[in-house]
Amino acid sequence: MNKTIKEDVSIVLSGEAGQGIQTIEGLLTFILKREGYYVFATKEYMSRIRGGSNSTEIRVSSKPVKSYVDKIDILIPLTKSSVEHLGNRVTEDTLIIADNDSLKLENKNLFNVPILSIAKEIGNEIYANIVAVGVILGLFKTNLKTIEEYLQERFGDKGEKIVSDNIKAASEGYKLGKDFSESGEIKIEISANESLKDDLLISGTDAVSLGALAGNCDSIFAYPMTPGSGVLVDLANFSKNFDILVEQAEDEIAAINMAIGGWYAGARSMVTTSDGGFALMEEGLSLAGMIESPLVIHLAQRPAPATGLPTRTAQEGLNLVINAGHGEFPRLVFAPGSLEQAFYLTQKAFNIADKYQIPVFILTDQFFVDSYYNVKKLDLSNIENKKYFVETAEDYKRYDLSKAKNGVSPRGIPNYGNGLVVVDSDEHDEEGHITEDLDIRIKMVEKRLKKFETLKEDFISPEFYGNDNYKYLVICWGSNYNVVKEALENIDNKDLAMLHFSQVYPIPENAVEFLEKAEKIIDVENNATGQFAKLIRAETGIKIDSKILKFNGMPFSVEELTAKIREELQ
Amino acid sequence: MIERKNMFSLENEKELDIAWCPGCGNFGILNILKKALEEMEEITPNNFVLVSGIGQAAKIPHYFKNNAFNGLHGRTLPVAFAIKATNPDLYVVAESGDGDMYGEGGNHFIHNMRRNINITNIVHDNRVYGLTKGQASPTSQQGMVTPVQVNGVILNPFNPIAVAIANGATFVARAFVGDMQNTKEIIQKAIRHKGYALIDLFQPCVTFNKINTYAWFNEHTYKLGEDYDPSDKMQALQMAFQEDKIPLGIIYEEKGKPTFEEQLTVYKQNKDPLFKRSIDVNKLEVFINSMR
Repeated sequence: MNKTIKEDVSIVLSGEAGQGIQTIEGLLTFILKREGYYVFATKEYMSRIRGGSNSTEIRVSSKPVKSYVDKIDILIPLTKSSVEHLGNRVTEDTLIIADNDSLKLENKNLFNVPILSIAKEIGNEIYANIVAVGVILGLFKTNLKTIEEYLQERFGDKGEKIVSDNIKAASEGYKLGKDFSESGEIKIEISANESLKDDLLISGTDAVSLGALAGNCDSIFAYPMTPGSGVLVDLANFSKNFDILVEQAEDEIAAINMAIGGWYAGARSMVTTSDGGFALMEEGLSLAGMIESPLVIHLAQRPAPATGLPTRTAQEGLNLVINAGHGEFPRLVFAPGSLEQAFYLTQKAFNIADKYQIPVFILTDQFFVDSYYNVKKLDLSNIENKKYFVETAEDYKRYDLSKAKNGVSPRGIPNYGNGLVVVDSDEHDEEGHITEDLDIRIKMVEKRLKKFETLKEDFISPEFYGNDNYKYLVICWGSNYNVVKEALENIDNKDLAMLHFSQVYPIPENAVEFLEKAEKIIDVENNATGQFAKLIRAETGIKIDSKILKFNGMPFSVEELTAKIREELQ
Repeated sequence: MIERKNMFSLENEKELDIAWCPGCGNFGILNILKKALEEMEEITPNNFVLVSGIGQAAKIPHYFKNNAFNGLHGRTLPVAFAIKATNPDLYVVAESGDGDMYGEGGNHFIHNMRRNINITNIVHDNRVYGLTKGQASPTSQQGMVTPVQVNGVILNPFNPIAVAIANGATFVARAFVGDMQNTKEIIQKAIRHKGYALIDLFQPCVTFNKINTYAWFNEHTYKLGEDYDPSDKMQALQMAFQEDKIPLGIIYEEKGKPTFEEQLTVYKQNKDPLFKRSIDVNKLEVFINSMR
């Protein structure tokens, strides 16, 4: 059997938790990127530490690839149940490379590679993964030197023997892969471009964390919760090189109150969590609204209610963050669609929160935080950070109405100037002291809500993609940016365009124009009720009848969305 | 020379509408706290932050001159912790009632003493809920009849002193508002203690607690003698379980244990509070470019 794969190959590794799939994913993506390919990787996994069935998809292409596909060109199963786990994604076209001496699979597209015995010969079964990496790299006929250099970087601190054994394991696998390629049995024809070597390879988690760093975030308080914990771990790692205070709180309620305490003292604090953790933080959000504290919240969504599917993806948290917290107060919600947006919007979040003294959300999801791909550059030259707190005079009043500009009074912090800074969760007077004066109450409510109006003028416009004279407009938000874009590229219909919202609340005012122009609007979301479509209706009055909704815990695949959008065009 | 007398008093500057009942123990605590602070040269209203929660005790920051954060019910300690952690130059006191600290905020009470953050935690302990009108508090004694516990309190009373000693608190004291001089000194020592300091401060609720009155506290407490050694942990634990006659004073003190903020890498080289710092963009650029 001979098969040639051109331009865009999808490689899937599948096995149990604890078998080291993540290690393989990390090695393959970095080495292939350094060889000059565009890579994309994403994982789906079960909420367990050992056993079960997990998989990682790696797309390699000569063109940018940023979304999940159903097709599997090459499958590397590490367990017998892997093929079954992947269901109908394994087709007649899927080539399976497996150690069939141990797995004993029956499939006509099977290439038996004695991965385990090679590893044992080198000295340890644990090298099996590296042999598998070698096989794949052999198919690409990558430069052996790139592999050796990367393994040296990755395992160098574990000693020379470990490095040389790894290199040996990779080389043995490499030979086998190269043989398949040269015999013509499996041929991969994807041109490499050396300039891609300098691309960054970061995940959604990294993009948010680096954005926080760029936004001068100096403290993070969080209680671990999948999939939001990645940002906590990232910032803990960054704290080895940068001034960041990292504290694991005793619960989410503590975390958000700590972050508000940090801002009160002039720090730039954030929390990171998932839907359930944020549900616990709601009273804290309301506190931020009342005392007019800046706050940055990263919320990586997963399926709910309650604990839902802990390691899967969803966009079910929109209603939650928009309506969270008792009472009426302004907030802003960003939902980045690309890694670049995640970086720049997180950076911006700290400044917007500070400027308007409001909570700002970064709403991502499991698929987004766990995916990574090539990013050209994160440009820091235009990044501006401004700390908006002021040095106080002796007569300073925290909620001075005479100095309030569009509802924002100058924010003092303790021990910076001669004034005193008083804040209160109860209704308060201009000084911040508790009051039950009902006239002041009205003034303070109006002051807080006025910020909403100003905020509407300072919005991030939705991103339009397609032909200006469209009839059909696909709207999406957050992590569906890339998959919708790729689906539209596949469909290639001049009547079809996309509008992606990276600011989902307040709805940017210029969105109405785009929406009204469409003959038909098609809403794409990862939830069962079309939360964003309902929000559009509530905020603009525009009703959206066509909805493509997915809520089984998996992201949209390019093929699936392409087909579903095509149906809507009939 | 700065005039320190009345430095923390607000009543000369504005009319105070105090929400406490006549005869409430909170008045005494407010006066003692102001006096204690006046006598501490290192403290001014500017470098001092009082953090409170919700309840009658938690209204205290509104009645004197200070930086104040009157937050949510039960969440006093997380806020106080973060203020101190992000700006160690500040003197931070977390003050609220027994319901706020031991009930709603119980989890934070347990974990902040483990952090040994250098703050002072004053708990007004009147063994009853005042603001919500007379329900049992975590420290109410068994059998006490209330509008909710109509057949008397069933739950075993919370023992903050024993919990704190067992849980690694480095300064654990008990005071009674009726003993002004002793209480003032305990507050001063607590603030000067390096690390987390708890003062469980007895105060009568003249409206809702007819059991634990001034007379009752006078009768059931005594002052620890000069010869008492607070560094003896096991002896301190024994003191924590004395119930008929309750000892007042510093029950337990461990000196020299590193504070939370002393162990943070952010302050190893640079002692500046976080608000004075900015990200080094060039360094960040190099760091980002290493992710290839």
